[in-house]
Amino acid sequence: MTIDVVLCVPSCEGPVRKAFDVTGVSPAVAASARLNEIAALEPAKGFAGAVINAAALPFSEAMSLCRQLRQRERAVEPIILLLDHYQLDDLTFREDLFDDFVVGPFDVSELATRLRHRLRRAGNESVAARIEHGELSMNLETYQASIAGRVMDLTYMEYELLRFLATNPNRVFTRQTLLSRVWGYEYYGGARTVDVHVRRLRAKLGEEYAHLIQTVRSVGYRFGAPDEYDV
Amino acid sequence: MASMQSQAQYVLRTVEERGVRFVQLWFTDVLGRHKAFHVTPAELEDALDQGMTFDGSAIDGFSRTTESDLLARPDLTTFQLLPWHEPGAGVARVFCDIVNIDGTPFEGCPRQRLRHVLDDARAQGFTFFVAPEVEYFYLADLDPSRGPVPLDHGSYFDLLADDTASQLRRRTVLTLEEMGIGVEHAQHEDAPGQHEIDLRYTDALTMADTMMTVRHVVKELARQAGVAASFMPKPFVGVQGSGLHTHLSLWRDERNAFIGEHTYGLSDLAEKFIAGLVRHAPEITAITNQWVNSYKRLVPGGEAPVGAAWARYDTDALVRVPSVKPGRIDSTRVEYRSPDPAANPYLAFAVVLAAGLRGVMGNYALPAEGERTAALPQSLAQAVDLMENSSLMKETLGSHLVEWFLRNKRAEWEAYRGQVTPFELERYLPLL
Repeated sequence: MTIDVVLCVPSCEGPVRKAFDVTGVSPAVAASARLNEIAALEPAKGFAGAVINAAALPFSEAMSLCRQLRQRERAVEPIILLLDHYQLDDLTFREDLFDDFVVGPFDVSELATRLRHRLRRAGNESVAARIEHGELSMNLETYQASIAGRVMDLTYMEYELLRFLATNPNRVFTRQTLLSRVWGYEYYGGARTVDVHVRRLRAKLGEEYAHLIQTVRSVGYRFGAPDEYDV
Repeated sequence: MASMQSQAQYVLRTVEERGVRFVQLWFTDVLGRHKAFHVTPAELEDALDQGMTFDGSAIDGFSRTTESDLLARPDLTTFQLLPWHEPGAGVARVFCDIVNIDGTPFEGCPRQRLRHVLDDARAQGFTFFVAPEVEYFYLADLDPSRGPVPLDHGSYFDLLADDTASQLRRRTVLTLEEMGIGVEHAQHEDAPGQHEIDLRYTDALTMADTMMTVRHVVKELARQAGVAASFMPKPFVGVQGSGLHTHLSLWRDERNAFIGEHTYGLSDLAEKFIAGLVRHAPEITAITNQWVNSYKRLVPGGEAPVGAAWARYDTDALVRVPSVKPGRIDSTRVEYRSPDPAANPYLAFAVVLAAGLRGVMGNYALPAEGERTAALPQSLAQAVDLMENSSLMKETLGSHLVEWFLRNKRAEWEAYRGQVTPFELERYLPLL
């Protein structure tokens, strides 16, 4: 039996939302740290865990929520705290109230990795690292990508580029950004390397899905559905 | 970001997930002939980690006097499944660099020679893009005893009924696309059975790898269809041969450095680059046209260059400056027209870049359009002599490669020189 709803307090935006997306876990977002509000959101089988953003709450409220979740008959585990660095000192003697913590600014892949890792240790086997976007599915553990059920034969760099783009949908990246974020090692083509790989990826996505990678003229590339930016 | 470790993990997981039974480790000898090791998944991890040891003395151009053990070290970024193998019994390939046992680059490895030249260019701020037009023939078979038989009787751009050759070309293009190789277009070429695949530009190293892949795919798919394909530069008397017209551009600071205010929208740098190509063409021809047969293509009237000259329109020119479509200024480029598809692509791209850059560094003056400054060598023997006296070639290729190449090509010429050809028999036997 697996549960894949993780409590997320007090919001699920930006990198936190992306980390959930990447992990493939659905968040139950509670806007406040009040236990009765949280209980109303709880699925029949309970929460699989909690991500509590202490940086966005009064610190004492965050700690009190942790304590209440721990003391319940059906304990919520794991509890992952998100913190500002100045809150670190306040954790002293409260280590029993949480299982892991991440200090801001939050990095999507760090957050996703910790979330997945903690869920798995808590016995949640089904948490595969996966990116789903329409017909595109990427399994980050087996390094396999498929489009509309058809497995794609990707080279490593094609895979990495697609993963980066699909992890950050609807965001426009310049060629330079993609080079430094995805390659960051020896390559010979300058920024045109990106164009070459995008072309390859589009060829492998096939005609029907080539549009998933949009060219944003004189800027760079974006993953997702077309809209008014496109020429 | 890409680390060696995550690349290796990617390769190993893919092999596992996709049921790959063999991984081919690809490399080329000095003449550009395709070589491979076949490793099973069980051996793959070691091969990825440490490379494969092999005896280089059996490979053309790899032999040395002292010791012959070499390592083939996979370049994991080039790992690719070969799409024509059945799922569940998959075969993948990965290109290798050849290194000495101590890990230093092996001086006879064409792939690293090209890297070396590209590194030099990069140190000067340049990146080098190439886009070749690959010509070849589809033939009924490769039996030399009865001469080549073309598979169709089409001509330039002919749209033929759906015959074997057209089907093959289409399947080839689709397979290449599946492997991530961009094809700009494909067409029937001038001669019966002759076809052309124009590849989209990439950096020169990727393109040299791609050329090896293209030659392999074209031949493999032809073989599967029970016919054959050949990249021989001139298989038919009196019919144009197969070339590898190569479009070149240099970029600096992410801008096409060939764009400028001079004639045909070229920059000062582009003119110097062309001047370098024109001046050094005779001495690099041994590499771009490396077989006895290559020089049967470089004859007047065969739509192939015979002299060192540049022009916009002349199809006999060595360097052509193609027109650029309005709004597509970034595609400003020059086309180098002497190479043939049977060259070693790594070395060919290396010497072409080196020749052009020599013009840039040496501030060469561009000759007048259409002015023929020198003849191209008319035979392999002449080409080899020109190569021997070239300091550019020694600097670009290194003495190991040059010495081996000269020895090998002189032996080829000697073997050819002693032949009595059908031409001589037909012409002289009744007469003399």
